[in-house]
Amino acid sequence: MKLRLLPHPLLTPALTVIWLLLVNSLSFGHVLLGLLLGWLIPIFTLRFWPDRVRVHKPLTLLRFVLVLLYDILVANLGVAWLIVRGPRRVKPGFVEVPLALRSELGISLLANTISLTPGTVSAWLSPDRATLVVHALDVDDPEALVATIKHRYETPLQEVFEPC
Amino acid sequence: MLEIILSALILIGALFTFIGSLGLARLEDFYTRLHGPTKATTLGVGSLLIASMVYFSTRGEGLSLHELLVTLFLFITAPVSAHLLAKAALHLRLRSIAPVPQRTEASDPRQANAAEDSATPPQG
Amino acid sequence: MLSTAVSIAFLLVAAAFVMALLRLLYGPDQPDRILALDTLYVNTVALLVLLGIHLGSALYFEAALLIAMMGFVGTVALCKYLLRGDIIE
Repeated sequence: MKLRLLPHPLLTPALTVIWLLLVNSLSFGHVLLGLLLGWLIPIFTLRFWPDRVRVHKPLTLLRFVLVLLYDILVANLGVAWLIVRGPRRVKPGFVEVPLALRSELGISLLANTISLTPGTVSAWLSPDRATLVVHALDVDDPEALVATIKHRYETPLQEVFEPC
Repeated sequence: MLEIILSALILIGALFTFIGSLGLARLEDFYTRLHGPTKATTLGVGSLLIASMVYFSTRGEGLSLHELLVTLFLFITAPVSAHLLAKAALHLRLRSIAPVPQRTEASDPRQANAAEDSATPPQG
Repeated sequence: MLSTAVSIAFLLVAAAFVMALLRLLYGPDQPDRILALDTLYVNTVALLVLLGIHLGSALYFEAALLIAMMGFVGTVALCKYLLRGDIIE
């Protein structure tokens, strides 16, 4: 019964916060309306959310997000510098990252993370979901890049969303 | 003091927006061009939005946080559109400076069919 | 000082628009043009935010949010068209 009334415990507060940001006010009425929407929308869109999202280690997730924000900043400075320095000096390349993640959520989060950080864009996922092809703007050592992606991003995501 | 921070944020944001678009115009193949707009521009607009958030929150009309929503939205959607664009480019086999891995080309039979379909412009 | 910064920022964003437009005109391929369009959308969001600060009005955020959303949907639809030759299957 609990499952029916509140199918996605994480979605409800998220939707409430989004509603409050959207109306840009913190009045009691809007909090109530936001909670109502956050309760009703997950129920009505139940079919679009087949899997329940479970966060297993919130602290690891928090650390991951902080690392990600820092990396986005540094990556942007790096990419900006490469662009300003001119197209002649960049050494682009494709690298293949073998995936240890299995769930759809984990893979999409990893792909998005890769696209946001160090001069890399996730370009193609193999149909069997075993390999992610990544395009890097400036790559000297493809293996080092793959190792960085794996231990910096994939391992924490795996710990948070897919514990064994 | 506040004005200095605001000005700095605005200038940094505009500069990054410009550099992202500069990369789009300047780099040599599609895959490298993809990096400019998806990264630099996203950070640039993010910085501008933070500046706007600070500006409207300190005018004394209460907190203004809905810029956060636009920032969040851009940060979620930019990688998705970049991924789709890269996938479309690989599908169309665009010229690339870097060697393209063989497996990405029509290893999926459904995509191979789609490739043949799109060789002739679809009707309607 | 703030108004000077905003003026310089307007100039930079306008230059960014020109760059994206050049890429839109010269192509050479369809994904390049889609990418240029996507960049134009993001630049428009930047321009609207700047305009909001310049005029001191918070009215422009709804427009910026809507343009960001429409831009994303448009980019995805165009990419889907390139990938499948069809948008609605």
